[in-house]
Amino acid sequence: MRIGVFICHCGSNIAGTVDCAQVAKNATAFPDVAFATDTMYACSEPGQDAIVAAVKEHHLDGVVVASCTPRMHEPTFRRTVERAGLNRYMFEMANIREHVSWIGKDKEANTNKATELVRMAVEKLRRDAPLYTKKFDSVKKVLVIGGGVAGIQAALDCADAGIQVVMVERETSIGGKMAKLDKTFPTVDCSSCILGPKMVDVAQHPNIKLLAASEVTNVSGYVGNFTVSIKRRATYVDWSKCTGCGLCTEKCPSKKTPDKFNEFMGPTTAINIPFPQAIPKKAAINPDYCRKIKDGKCGVCAKVCPTGAINYEMQDEVITEQVGAIVAASGYDLMDWTVYGEYGAGRYPDVITSLQYERLLSAAGPTGGHIQRPSDGKEPKSVVFIQCVGSRDRSIGRPYCSGFCCMYTAKQAVLTKDHIPDSQSYVFYMDIRAPGKMYDEFTRRAMEEYGTEYIRGRVSCIQPNGRGQYLVRGVDTLMGKPVEVLADLVVLAVGVEGAKGAGKLAETLHISYDHYGFFMESHCKLRPVETNTAGVFLAGACQGAKDIPSSVAQGSGAAAKVIGLLSKPQLESDPQISVVDIKRCVGCGKCVDVCPFQAITKQSIRGEVKAQVIEAVCQGCGLCVATCPQGAIQLSHFTDNQILAEVNALCQC
Amino acid sequence: MKFAYYPGCSGKGTSVEYEISTKAVCSALGIYLQELADWSCCGSTPAHATDTLLSAALSARNLSLAAEAMKQSGATKLATPCPSCLANLKTARHHMANQEFRRKVDKLLDSPCPPLGPKGEEPLPETYSILQLLVEDYGLENIAAKVTRPLKGLKIAPYYGCLLSRPAPIMQFDDPENPTSMDRLLEALGAEVVPFPLKTECCGAAMGIPRRDITARLSARLLDAATTFGADMIAVACPLCHMNLDLRQEQAAKASGVSYDMPVLYFTQLMGIALGLPDSDLALDKLSVSPAAALQKIGKEISA
Repeated sequence: MRIGVFICHCGSNIAGTVDCAQVAKNATAFPDVAFATDTMYACSEPGQDAIVAAVKEHHLDGVVVASCTPRMHEPTFRRTVERAGLNRYMFEMANIREHVSWIGKDKEANTNKATELVRMAVEKLRRDAPLYTKKFDSVKKVLVIGGGVAGIQAALDCADAGIQVVMVERETSIGGKMAKLDKTFPTVDCSSCILGPKMVDVAQHPNIKLLAASEVTNVSGYVGNFTVSIKRRATYVDWSKCTGCGLCTEKCPSKKTPDKFNEFMGPTTAINIPFPQAIPKKAAINPDYCRKIKDGKCGVCAKVCPTGAINYEMQDEVITEQVGAIVAASGYDLMDWTVYGEYGAGRYPDVITSLQYERLLSAAGPTGGHIQRPSDGKEPKSVVFIQCVGSRDRSIGRPYCSGFCCMYTAKQAVLTKDHIPDSQSYVFYMDIRAPGKMYDEFTRRAMEEYGTEYIRGRVSCIQPNGRGQYLVRGVDTLMGKPVEVLADLVVLAVGVEGAKGAGKLAETLHISYDHYGFFMESHCKLRPVETNTAGVFLAGACQGAKDIPSSVAQGSGAAAKVIGLLSKPQLESDPQISVVDIKRCVGCGKCVDVCPFQAITKQSIRGEVKAQVIEAVCQGCGLCVATCPQGAIQLSHFTDNQILAEVNALCQC
Repeated sequence: MKFAYYPGCSGKGTSVEYEISTKAVCSALGIYLQELADWSCCGSTPAHATDTLLSAALSARNLSLAAEAMKQSGATKLATPCPSCLANLKTARHHMANQEFRRKVDKLLDSPCPPLGPKGEEPLPETYSILQLLVEDYGLENIAAKVTRPLKGLKIAPYYGCLLSRPAPIMQFDDPENPTSMDRLLEALGAEVVPFPLKTECCGAAMGIPRRDITARLSARLLDAATTFGADMIAVACPLCHMNLDLRQEQAAKASGVSYDMPVLYFTQLMGIALGLPDSDLALDKLSVSPAAALQKIGKEISA
C-alpha cells in the first residue's frame, strides 16, 4: 500500500503551536507512507488540488490528512480523494487542531502528539478497505412539530414545493406566541392580521395535514424513513362536526376556567375556542373544569350544539405517520420569574409579564384592548417596564440575553402612550440591544416621540405602598443615584427558555439540548438549522431566543434543507455499518435486543438461527459489536483490528 | 429543651425589655437558657467595620466558650436574641472554615478554637436566633397550645429588619426577601398580620449615630407603611431596629412631617402577653411609645 500524508497548518491555527514540517518528516518513517508533506490550508482549492496531484504522481492508494475535526472537513476530503480516483473510504483524518494545537501551548509536546495521532491514522488506513454506498427510497413527507410562526413558515414552504406536511400542534390552535401578540415591532402592525392569513393557508393547503391538540410521543427509524407516533388528545368535541359557531362557549356555565391563551389574565369557559382567528376554529373542552366530565352533571354544550359534535366519552388516540424528515419548531416559554423575591415573587397582582401585557393590549384580549390593571380594573397612568428579568443575570443562573425584549418593551411603551395619552412610561434597562433593521430607530422613537423615560439601571425592589400604587426602587447608573418611581402597573420583560417539555421532545427526537431547553444546532455558524441527527432540522426559538423575522427566516431555511433532502430521487446509505460473520454467529440474539434502531433480525440459514443486519436501517452505532459474545459482528471501517492497530501504534510511540 | 444563651450587650442595656421577655417566655415554655459565663462583645458593627480579623476573634472567643459550656451542660444549640450578634457569630464561624484565617484567629486567642467538624456534631457551635428556635425547634403548634390570651383583633406589622434572613447563604433562615416566620408566629398567637411589604427594608441601623437624617428618613418610611397598611403596632426582633422605630420615632416624625403614634414591641413581649405572663415579665414600661391604647383591643390594661 502507498499512503500519502498531508499535515495542514490551518494558517497559524495549527502551525502556531505544532511544527507541521517536522510532523510530515516524522511521517515518512511510518510503514507504507510513500509521500508526506505539510500544506498551508489543506481544505482550500489549491490544497485539495495538491492532494489530487500527489495521489496521481506518487500512485497513492490512500490518504491521511492531519488537520481539524472530521466533523468539519471529513466529507470535503472524501470528495477530494474520490476526485483523485480513490474510494472515498480510503481516507483517514487526524485531528491535530481541536485535539492538539488549540488545547496546548508546548510546541515540542504538541508536535509529538500530532505525530502520534498521524501514526494512528496511518495504521488504521493500512487496514481500510473500499466501501460502497447503497441507494434507498425516502418518504416524501415531513413532520413539522409546532405551529408557531416558524413552524408555519417551514410547513408552507415545504408544502408549496410539493412535499406532504404533517403539522403537530400541542394547543388546540396553531399560531404560537405570535398569535398572542397585539402589535409587532418595529412597524407596529397588527400581529394577528399578518399571521392570520398564513394560518389560514396552513388550514387550506392541500399538502398540509394539521393535527392540533396533539403531541409527538415516539420517533423511530432514520433519515428518509422515520416512523412517528402522535398522541391526539381528547378534545371531547368531534371536530369533523364542529363548525366553530361558538354557541357552546356562550352557554357553558363553568365560567371560571383558567385561560391559558390569555396568559391567565381572565377566566374563560370550560369549553372554548381560544381566540377568534383560531385555526382550526374548533371548540375543545378542558376536562379539569367541565362539570359534566368532573361531576356528571351539566351537559349544556351537548344540548345547544347544533351539529351534535360534543362527545364526553372521547379518548386519547395514538396515530402513526411515516415521514422522511422532521422539523422541530416547538418555540419558547417564559422562565419562572417568581424566583425574584424582590419583585414580589408573584404576590402582587399588578406586577405582570410582558406577554400578559400583550393580552391586555390586544383587542381580542380579556379587556377588549383596554389597558386595565388586574387588581382593580383601573386604567394605569404610570407604567414601569423592567427589562432583563431572568436574562443576563448570573445570580439566578440565566447568563444569556433573550434578544428581543428591548424591542418589544419599546413597542409596549409606544402602545401604552397610544392607548392612554396622559400616561407616562418608564423603562429600566441594562443596555439597549436593538441591532435589527429599523430597530434602533424604533427605540429612539419610543424615547423621543413618545416621551418614554429610559432609566439605565436595575430595579432592586417593588413594594406596594398601601394606596394602590407600587413603589419601584432602583438605581440610575448614568446619574449614579438611587431612583424611585410610583407605578400603577409594572410589566416585567421576562427572559425566555426552551418551551415546556422541550427536553423530553429532544430525547424523543434523539437531538441534543442545552441547560435551558434550547435545541443544539449542528454548527453554531455554518449549520444553524441542522441537528446532529440526520433528517431532523430546527426552526425558530426552539434553537435559541429569536424574534419574528429571524424565526420566519429559519423556518424557510429548515424548509430548504427538507426540500433539498427529499428532492433527491433516492438517498445514499452510509456503508459504515455492521456486518455479521455467519460462521461465528451462534444466533443468541443479544444484538437484536440491544439495537436501538431495530436494524437486526434473526434469519434461518440451513436450519440454524443467525443474525442479519438490515443495511438501510443500521446507523453504525456499534452497540451490537460491543455486545456480541462471539465477536461475530464487525463495524465496517471501525473493525476491532483497526482499533487495536491504532492502540498499538499509540503504545509503540 | 436546653439552649446555650448569648445575650449580647444590648440585652443588658438598651433592649433590656427584649432580654426580660425572652427569658420569661422561654421559661414559660419550658425552655432552659444557659447564659454563657464570661461572655464578651461579639465584635459587632464598630469592630467588624474596622478589622474583620479582630472582630472574628471576639466571636470565636465566645463560640469557644459556648462549645465548652454545651459540652458540660448538654445544651443542644447556641441561641441569641440579637440579629446583629447572630450575624457576627455566624459570619465568624463561616470564615473559620478558611484554614489561613483560622490560623490568624487562633494566634489571637489564649487557646485554639475548636474545629468546625461534620454537620450535626459540630464542636464549634452554629448560632441560631431565638425566633428561629421558637418557630423551627419548639414549633408553632406547641406555642399556640399555650396561648391563654389570644391577640385577636390586633393588627400587627411584622418587621424582620435586614439581618435575620440575609445574607441568605450565611443566615440560612427563611426566605431572604419575604420571610414569614414571625408572621406565622404572630398568627399562632391569634394576631392579624398585615401584609407588610417593607419587612426586610433597612431602618437606618447604626447610621443613627453618624447620620441621624438618614436613619430618620428610612425609619419614617417604615412607620409610614405600617400606618398605611392599618397596623396597630409593629413587631420587631432586633434591638437596633427597635431603637430606631421606637426611641427615635419623634426624629422620624420630624423628617417626614407626619406625627406617629405607632407602638413597637419585641415579638417576645407579644408572646408574653399571649401566654398570660405577668407585667413584670413583659417590661412594657420600657417602651417609649406606649402600647396601652392598642392593647385595649385585646382587653389588656396597662398603666400608660
